[in-house]
Amino acid sequence: MTKPKPKQKSQSEQKSRTKQKSRPEQKSRPQLPKSPTGIQGLDEITGGGLPKGRPTLVCGGAGCGKTLLAMEFLVRGATEFNEPGVFMAFEETAKDLTQNVASLGFDLKDLIAHKKIVVDFVYIERSEIEESGEYDLEGLFIRLGSAIDSIGAKRVVLDTIETLFSGLPNPAILRAELRRLFRWLKDRGVTAIITGERGDGMLTRQGLEEYVSDCVIVLDHRVSEQTSSRRLRVAKYRGSTHGTNEYPFLIDADGISVLPVTSMGLQHTASSERASTGIPRLDAMLGGKGFFRGSSVLISGTAGTGKSSLAAHFAEAACRRGERVIYFAFEESPSQIMRNMRSIGIDLEVWVTKGLLQIYADRPSSAGLETHLITKHKLINTFKPQVVILDPLNSFVIGGNEIEVKSMLTRLIDFLKTNQITGLFTSLTSSSGVLEQSEVAISSLIDTWLLVRDIEIGGERNRGLYIMKSRGMAHSNQIREFLLTDHGVELRDVYVGVSGVLTGSARLTQEAQEKAALMIRDQEVELRRIELERKRTTLEAQIAVLRAEFAVEEIASVKIIGQEKAEKAQLVQGRVDMGLSRNADVTANKQKRGSK
Amino acid sequence: MKTNPAQPKAESNRYILRLYVAGTSPKSANAITNIKRICEENLQGRYELKVIDLYQQPQLAQDEQIIAVPTLIRKLPNPLRRIIGDMSNTERVLVGLDLRKNA
Repeated sequence: MTKPKPKQKSQSEQKSRTKQKSRPEQKSRPQLPKSPTGIQGLDEITGGGLPKGRPTLVCGGAGCGKTLLAMEFLVRGATEFNEPGVFMAFEETAKDLTQNVASLGFDLKDLIAHKKIVVDFVYIERSEIEESGEYDLEGLFIRLGSAIDSIGAKRVVLDTIETLFSGLPNPAILRAELRRLFRWLKDRGVTAIITGERGDGMLTRQGLEEYVSDCVIVLDHRVSEQTSSRRLRVAKYRGSTHGTNEYPFLIDADGISVLPVTSMGLQHTASSERASTGIPRLDAMLGGKGFFRGSSVLISGTAGTGKSSLAAHFAEAACRRGERVIYFAFEESPSQIMRNMRSIGIDLEVWVTKGLLQIYADRPSSAGLETHLITKHKLINTFKPQVVILDPLNSFVIGGNEIEVKSMLTRLIDFLKTNQITGLFTSLTSSSGVLEQSEVAISSLIDTWLLVRDIEIGGERNRGLYIMKSRGMAHSNQIREFLLTDHGVELRDVYVGVSGVLTGSARLTQEAQEKAALMIRDQEVELRRIELERKRTTLEAQIAVLRAEFAVEEIASVKIIGQEKAEKAQLVQGRVDMGLSRNADVTANKQKRGSK
Repeated sequence: MKTNPAQPKAESNRYILRLYVAGTSPKSANAITNIKRICEENLQGRYELKVIDLYQQPQLAQDEQIIAVPTLIRKLPNPLRRIIGDMSNTERVLVGLDLRKNA
């Protein structure tokens, strides 16, 4: 019966945030006392609940959830705010009501037994009634009064009081009596909800809005493109400001959830913490660290460019860090996603088993946008993930509902940001059009936008990845070639040359060419070196020859000098010898030579 | 006062009537006078009329499904009929009590 705690916590956080924002105004203006409904979202729209001690009109067509809203107001009042309530039913018996709301987890029987709620079914059968003269509705007053007194009720629901008009004659009396009834309710100080069926050109068939003028809530249940969505609007709230938009709401196993579009506002705190993308080179491109935590990331690209693979990488990386991830898939079943990702070496199943990863797959057409949004809200609130992945966003765009999709995404992104959840969305762009076109609607909401695109060169399609924008970080302006390998995504530098960006085979060819050119250059250098060596060798040989020649010459010269010397000595000796043999006056001769 | 179960043996044209009023408002007073007169004139001797003040027994309003006041309930003969108002229109009261066709 009570909502999961985290939800309330976040709600109160938001509330306190809004309060902080508008505190200066609130100080000077006393607020109208309000009675909280406990219905998720409704209290935010109405700034705290329905006007306390006054009647509120809830109107709308058949099956739009009037009775349920009224019932939840009572049940929450009885269970959460200790305000017992009286439900006066004009259309359904107490038994039917109990059964109907049991599916929402409201144990009416128990509440009735504990004197928290009184259900009084008012039976009116026109055919049984004959009118004779003037009457009044004092019976109704007495009934209501005794019911209120029996449990000290603070809340009252009259569902649907207009039934009186078909059951009783003399509308003039009825109108006067209803006017008296609403005044009486005010005097009793009970907070009341009066439901009314939508009429032609009027909020209600009998114009009840004339009498109940304090607060009017209009419910609507419309079908567009074969999917239904419920909406709630506060048409009037006397003495209080209120959200004026049409807010989508959902009726599910926990009752009503209203989703205020603007309640989140732009008050979220921005984290400077970073989360790795799971691809080191991509982290490097994103200022070296990856995405900001709590930021919104869009991966857009044409078919088959690996958007989901990038998403899966991020999911896996988050799980590795021990974070929780919700993966909303709109085109593939969980098992298909897991199989496909296994082929590139990402095992998601492990994390699903460990309870860190939840994969929800449903077709966007399975419900209205709002229903999708609120279901996601609830899942996120329950699981409390750090990362949410939506793959892909475009499936929501059916026909011309892009504005609604944008509004839904705005709210989703706001919600994620408020809760510091990193949101990663993929978006399929048509290859024919301008790549940026289909995202224009949401691009402004996105913090980091990766574009994966085909690069067609040389009869090949290759994947290129670049960062369109990434708020708040220095990011690479380079295009990277994006490869899907059996061990995940790989990023490679592309060849950027005179002929532009080259990828794939063209890149390989280019690289080969470069390699060849390099080789030739290397060879030339080698050649030159050898040549030099050869020259040196030649030169050295020449030097050796010269040296040898010189040596020969030297030896010859030395020899000649020696010979000359020897000859000269011999010549001297010869002359002496000759003198001796001639017996010449050696002495005289010696003296002569000596005197010379 | 509740219908006495010991009375079914009474003849089929016996009328058991309850008039629910709220205090002593002029409408209530008128209704009491009017119904008494009508009963005396049309059902003399074969009717049982009880006047119940809802202020005294508010629980009866829920038990008897009373919304409008005054309400006259014809418990017997079947089917159950309700006549609301101060009973000033005798003709309508007679129609409501299925007495017109007899007349």
